[in-house]
Amino acid sequence: MNVYPYLVGGWLLLVGALGIARSRNLIHAVLCLSIAQSGTYVLLVAVGFQHNASPPVFGEPPSPVNVHVVDPVVQAMTLTDIVVSATVTALLLSLAVQIHKRHGTLDPDELRSLQG
Amino acid sequence: MPNLDGGGAWLPPLAVAVPIVAAAGLAALSRHLPRPAVDVVAIATSLSVVGLTASILSMTAAGRVVTWVGGWTPHHGFSVGIVLVSDPLGAALALLAAVLVTLALVFSWEYVQLDEGHFHALVLLFLAGMEGFALTGDLFDMFVFFELMGAAAYALTGIKIEERRSVQGAMNFGIVNSLGAYVALVGVGLVYSKTGNLGLPQIGRALAHDRPDALVVAAFVMVMTGFLVKGAMAPFHFWLADAHAVAPSPVCVLFSGVMVPLGLYGAFRVYWVAFGTILPVGDIRRTFVVLGVVTALVGALMCVSERNFKRLLAYSTIGHVGLFIVALGVLTAAGTAGAALYVAGHAGVKASLFLVGGVLLARYGSVDEKDLHGRGIDAGMLRWVAVAGGLALACLPPFGTALGKAVSEAAGSAAGYPWCPALFVAVSALTGGAVLRVVGRVFFGLGPVPPEDERQTTGEGEEREGPALERVPMSMWVPIGMLLGGALVMGLLPGVHEAALRAGAAFVDGGGYRRQALAGAHLQFPGAGRTAAGPADWDASGVLLDLLSAALAVGVAALAIWFRVVVRRPFVGEGARRLLSGFRYLHSGHIGDYVAWLMVGLVVLAVFVGLPLVRPS
Repeated sequence: MNVYPYLVGGWLLLVGALGIARSRNLIHAVLCLSIAQSGTYVLLVAVGFQHNASPPVFGEPPSPVNVHVVDPVVQAMTLTDIVVSATVTALLLSLAVQIHKRHGTLDPDELRSLQG
Repeated sequence: MPNLDGGGAWLPPLAVAVPIVAAAGLAALSRHLPRPAVDVVAIATSLSVVGLTASILSMTAAGRVVTWVGGWTPHHGFSVGIVLVSDPLGAALALLAAVLVTLALVFSWEYVQLDEGHFHALVLLFLAGMEGFALTGDLFDMFVFFELMGAAAYALTGIKIEERRSVQGAMNFGIVNSLGAYVALVGVGLVYSKTGNLGLPQIGRALAHDRPDALVVAAFVMVMTGFLVKGAMAPFHFWLADAHAVAPSPVCVLFSGVMVPLGLYGAFRVYWVAFGTILPVGDIRRTFVVLGVVTALVGALMCVSERNFKRLLAYSTIGHVGLFIVALGVLTAAGTAGAALYVAGHAGVKASLFLVGGVLLARYGSVDEKDLHGRGIDAGMLRWVAVAGGLALACLPPFGTALGKAVSEAAGSAAGYPWCPALFVAVSALTGGAVLRVVGRVFFGLGPVPPEDERQTTGEGEEREGPALERVPMSMWVPIGMLLGGALVMGLLPGVHEAALRAGAAFVDGGGYRRQALAGAHLQFPGAGRTAAGPADWDASGVLLDLLSAALAVGVAALAIWFRVVVRRPFVGEGARRLLSGFRYLHSGHIGDYVAWLMVGLVVLAVFVGLPLVRPS
């Protein structure tokens, strides 16, 4: 089993979270969230992958029943995840635009209206 | 082939689909319809969901309601379909969500007059997300509805886009909860890689005769992290106060009343059905009891030092969430029953207090304790409703909160934690006392005006969500009255304790859940069919402890109001004061801090769950 894709997925998740924690710009923070989610895509697709397997597309019958295919369930999960990401990223970016309008800055260090 | 789609199996998908269709219709047409029509459509939709979930709940008395969506029923125990399993606790939470949404929409009739934003469509989408989350039995399905709930919640939190605080609060809420959801998704992927299944019954069965390895522990910890971010367990709790401080009051009702308990429900449902047989009970119990105590203390400490009424109520929610986690975390049927009762009572009381805060904002333009000092003296009946709410939050019998607290304390002591009653009394006294302090200052003008504290989030400058009100209209009185009255009635009705015990027993019966979902066996719930009289609703020690916490709350409020009058020199040492202000400094409103704490919490959970398994003891 090749460990490399799992390491890449885990790294993307961690570096995305680190990016949000150290961010100086909210648009950068939202995109780091997107990067963290890309890590989940890599992980999911890696879970379903098999060597020397074909895409999970079955042709006209009679096609052989025991054809080696990659797992389609995780691919469906990844597509669902992408849709969720599109929605949430759009919402958070529009909030970032509003924050810039109301506060005049996008730097989290400068946002002081919710303390204590 | 047993009949797996028994009567009523079509109800759960309908409870999810009806609000989505109505939300889509309202989003498309609300610009062309007059406002009363939009209100009527929204309230009618949520009332229909109330009816659907009430039918599901009545059907769960006989057994769990299992629906394999699309008819993909299992063959020889194997299925590719998505399963919806409604047991009494899940159906009760679904009903609670629908009832709270209905009352929030009634309150919003006159209260919410926003120029832009699809408020009603978003609330109905939020309801659909909550119904799906409460009724599903598939782990990835839980993630999907978690995100649907989340997206609707972020939009509702930031709906007052003209206000500085709102957009910052919504951003903090959105980033932290989304990151939690993605961590949970990694956990779901790991579970799938181990078991090849996404449905909770199938996962549980696949893991049943296994030894826990690093993969299982990692998957469990990550899924728990995701759901407990929503459930606001410490140190994932920072987003909650920010979100509640800025969201409109009817939305805060939904957050505190049912969304946060749903996070806890999801976490413990996953534990009992999927991981209950593979992870050692003692380790998990210790994990949740310790973290629950920390959460309760954090919430109580922050609650007493707040002056923004909505933030104060938010921290009191965190304190009570800690108590719910302790009650659920002792991992017994009695503890789960106590937590269920406490959640139901707390929902009614907290919701009515948030609506009182909404009325304050509408009448006086502020939710700040110092700003409103003495201005509520002419509020009439509302003053006594607020006093009743504060006392109910401090668990005065016979409110439902008192019943839940008594049952939870007894369950905690019985499970081997004799300090449970002390913790429960302390937290409910502190949070109830903080609310009573605000009520005393605002509605009765008691005590001197509190001093300034420049580093704190004040309640001034908050934008009204609707027109300024002179008198409180009926559309606002009815929800407040029904919520507080409902909490009172819950403690007075006979048989509530017994029903909760049955629901708790069904919830912890992971094996029965798996068997019924996969084989359609109509099992009797454990403990059902007893003919002897059920447990008494109230027992003497529980009532005495509840009266004690209510009395202590009044004492705490009085002490806080007249502190500087009674005590000339401050006896609280400089060190303690600095400690408290340092603790408040941690709640900085900075998104980077919140994400860092999320990662810390993930590691803490992993250490608690994984470390005992590493040592060869």
